[in-house]
Amino acid sequence: MEVMTSDHQVRSVNEDQCQMCMPLGGVIAFKGIEETMVLIHGSQGCSTYMRLSNVEHYHEPVDIASTALNEKQTIHGGEANLRKALDNVIRVYNPSVIGILTTCLTETMGEDLDLMISAYKHDRNLQGVDIIPVPTPSYSASHTEGFWSATRRIIEHYARATAETSGINIIIPHISPADIREIKRIIDLFGIEYTLIPDYSMTMDRPFGGNYQKIPPGGTVPADIARMPGAQATIQFGLTCPEQLSPGEFLRRKYNVPLFSLPLPIGLKNTDRFISVLSELSGRPVPEVLLLERGWLLDGMADAHKYNAEGRPLIYGEPELVYALCTLCAENGATPLVVASGTKTGNLETLLSPILPDACEKTIFLEGTDFAAIDQAVEDQRVNVAVGHSGGRFLTERRGIPVLRIGFPIHDRIGGQRIRSAGYAGTLSFLDRFTNALLEMKYGSYRQHCLEETRGKGGY
Amino acid sequence: MENTCSVEPKAFINERQGSIIASGKSRANIHCADDSLAGSVSQRACVYCGARVVLNPVTDAVHLVHGPIGCATYTWDIRGSLSSGSEMYRKSFSTDMKERDVIFGGERKLAVCIDEIVMKYHPPAIFVYSTCVAGMIGDDIVAVCKLASEKHGTEVIPVESTGFSSGNKIVGYRAAADALLRLITPKDGVDVKKTKKLNFLGEYNLGGEKWLIEGYLQEMGVGINVAFTGDSSVAALKQAPGASLNLVQCTGSMHWLAMRLEEEFGIPSMSVNFFGAENTAESLRRIARFYDDEEIIRRTEILIEREMGRILPGIRWYKEKLVGKRAAIYVGGAFKAVAIIRQLRELGMEIVLTGTQTGKPEEYENLSNLLDEGTIIIDDANPAEIEKFLIEQKVDVMAGGVKERVLATKLGVGFVDHNHDRKECLAGFDGAINFAREVYITTCTPVWGHIRSPFNMEAADGSHDE
Repeated sequence: MEVMTSDHQVRSVNEDQCQMCMPLGGVIAFKGIEETMVLIHGSQGCSTYMRLSNVEHYHEPVDIASTALNEKQTIHGGEANLRKALDNVIRVYNPSVIGILTTCLTETMGEDLDLMISAYKHDRNLQGVDIIPVPTPSYSASHTEGFWSATRRIIEHYARATAETSGINIIIPHISPADIREIKRIIDLFGIEYTLIPDYSMTMDRPFGGNYQKIPPGGTVPADIARMPGAQATIQFGLTCPEQLSPGEFLRRKYNVPLFSLPLPIGLKNTDRFISVLSELSGRPVPEVLLLERGWLLDGMADAHKYNAEGRPLIYGEPELVYALCTLCAENGATPLVVASGTKTGNLETLLSPILPDACEKTIFLEGTDFAAIDQAVEDQRVNVAVGHSGGRFLTERRGIPVLRIGFPIHDRIGGQRIRSAGYAGTLSFLDRFTNALLEMKYGSYRQHCLEETRGKGGY
Repeated sequence: MENTCSVEPKAFINERQGSIIASGKSRANIHCADDSLAGSVSQRACVYCGARVVLNPVTDAVHLVHGPIGCATYTWDIRGSLSSGSEMYRKSFSTDMKERDVIFGGERKLAVCIDEIVMKYHPPAIFVYSTCVAGMIGDDIVAVCKLASEKHGTEVIPVESTGFSSGNKIVGYRAAADALLRLITPKDGVDVKKTKKLNFLGEYNLGGEKWLIEGYLQEMGVGINVAFTGDSSVAALKQAPGASLNLVQCTGSMHWLAMRLEEEFGIPSMSVNFFGAENTAESLRRIARFYDDEEIIRRTEILIEREMGRILPGIRWYKEKLVGKRAAIYVGGAFKAVAIIRQLRELGMEIVLTGTQTGKPEEYENLSNLLDEGTIIIDDANPAEIEKFLIEQKVDVMAGGVKERVLATKLGVGFVDHNHDRKECLAGFDGAINFAREVYITTCTPVWGHIRSPFNMEAADGSHDE
């Protein structure tokens, strides 16, 4: 595949990556399932890299086992290693679920995981451990698709036709644990029962205290996943999720669960949509506290609108988050001028073009892109603020453009797991960060700027 | 001493038992050449990673990873190595292999990527790294690099670092050393002049460490020809055969290269260690003796006396705070482990656990002799083992890499970063103070006191005087 640059040049080499690899997304999804351990079927390096990225971002011990294939097994097949790995993971971690993610190497080898797993379960007479394999070769897609694929596979594995329940399903994209908690708080305010998947809000962001556990407590409970087909509806924050990977689409097609495909509740309008769906599904009015929070957000938007109008943002990262942040910036008068994702399947241009307001300048969309292309577009569009993960840090280093950290990975700042941008309150904290980044820049340079630009031009 | 069985450190997985010993108590040798065990969560990386960390600090080279995207993503700007010139090494290039390339072969795409890089950047060298998939499908990167070299008249150097060939970074160090030899061996007709200067192998200029040591050597009257590979350039590396001495610091990554440089160019080598004040002084004296020059020796002594005098009061202050504290070490190689043991001892601390990802049998024997009897030694540890021993041994502070950091802090144990990515200078006399300070601020932070005591109404209402 080629990288498309803003001047419509095509190049083969990928220069400064704007995406992670496919199994990494799968790891995060599995970390949101209760009592789960993850095993990477591939060479040792893959799991170590994924642990490192997760550890640097979440600041939690993130254990990921590996089948540690080497030359011999690559030629003769990895089954013996897989069996030994399963034995050892079960012995040390005692999990209820083992998620197995394949890698480029094992997909190229053509390993038949289903067959190996059923033979293993049979030989060991394995009870009480569910083994769920997910194919995630990084040469076919990014971590975003890995996250959706694994989430869908987990649901496919457990879902059973069940009696109707009174609850709803919530399916989330890859967001921060703090955002997951905020979404749960909002749903709780409506008194609705729900199953949220994958719920890594406690497993990837542990409060200190109690005894350290190898598999941290928390996560979506498999028995609840099994009942998802009986839910009243599914709310999936997955506008950008390709249909064939969509967990909500699976539940709709196979079990007729009505699907509300919504943008992430980040930004005023996006949160309004979420709240109105919740109100409709619960038959309850919007709780007073949410109206208050909405009022504070509106007040903040009004206070900051002139500052925000000076923003010329670049927004990059995983498609679902990028979509929501673009609409947030646009509704505050800071129309995104460069919208970029390393993921190719987000369909961002089609989704966003119609709803971005008519600005004097055209927005550049880059999908399946890299930071070399982003950097060029940033220069062309005279971007003055960037919103995204740590990959954009060089924009500050080389161009002096502030980068508001959000998304994954954030390895050069602390607290990536605690960044809350969802709901009215979360939106306001994001907006304040955004405005203050612009103000900091303004106060840092406006005296000098005025001196240089104005003096001598007015005839005095 | 009869009763030692009961305190033998135990592994969770029986097959791992041979990789854990107690110093002086076990006659059995540690198993450290084993491949990582499937299903245990090894801290090891891959061959490609080993090669990349060694070569990455070559500042003006392009580093192109021939493989699917992940391998490049995870190693972008991987080291804290600093540059006084080009920043090219901090970029990350990948051929971004896709399904099509895996099926039909990736050689053509690799050639196109090299063309594009040469057109855009004209780098003096491109290192082309092989990865698992490139190796698996049999792409001939050596041939592609040779053709591209001829076509563009620039150095295009294959690094044969197919990840699955081992889980052990050492194999990757060797692949990097091969690539470096290929780069520095003079082409026909090129003459590299001999100088009195020295090469500094295994110095990666983390936190400016190369610059610091270079300052000492300059004061002594000795020049650095080139460092392998901290703050090096392709042109400077090509002058490597002109040195009269090779200093070898990180033995894991550079021992083999030093041997080859001696064979090929007759450059003798000397092991040095600039971690810790005593080690630094000792190393500088040995370098001075090598040159056998009264003036150099005189200046070296002046330097050591001045620097020691400058830092010792500080070290003494930290020692008072740290004496008797219990430390654990889990790092990449044995060289680093030994250096840290010595430094922690200089601070009056007790070492209760030591381990490495890639130590060799003779290195473990050396470690075992160095440590107090009963100290736990562990090869290729997994988090479950680290956790177990941190708790059992009541460790106050651990030195290690990023993956161990959060485990330690989750257990309320202090942590000293000693990895590729660190930003602090830990070498030389200044580094000794920085190291002591790092150990102090994490071991003695007020935070541990707070998090170990549960919430208590009486203590929280402010009226409760202690």
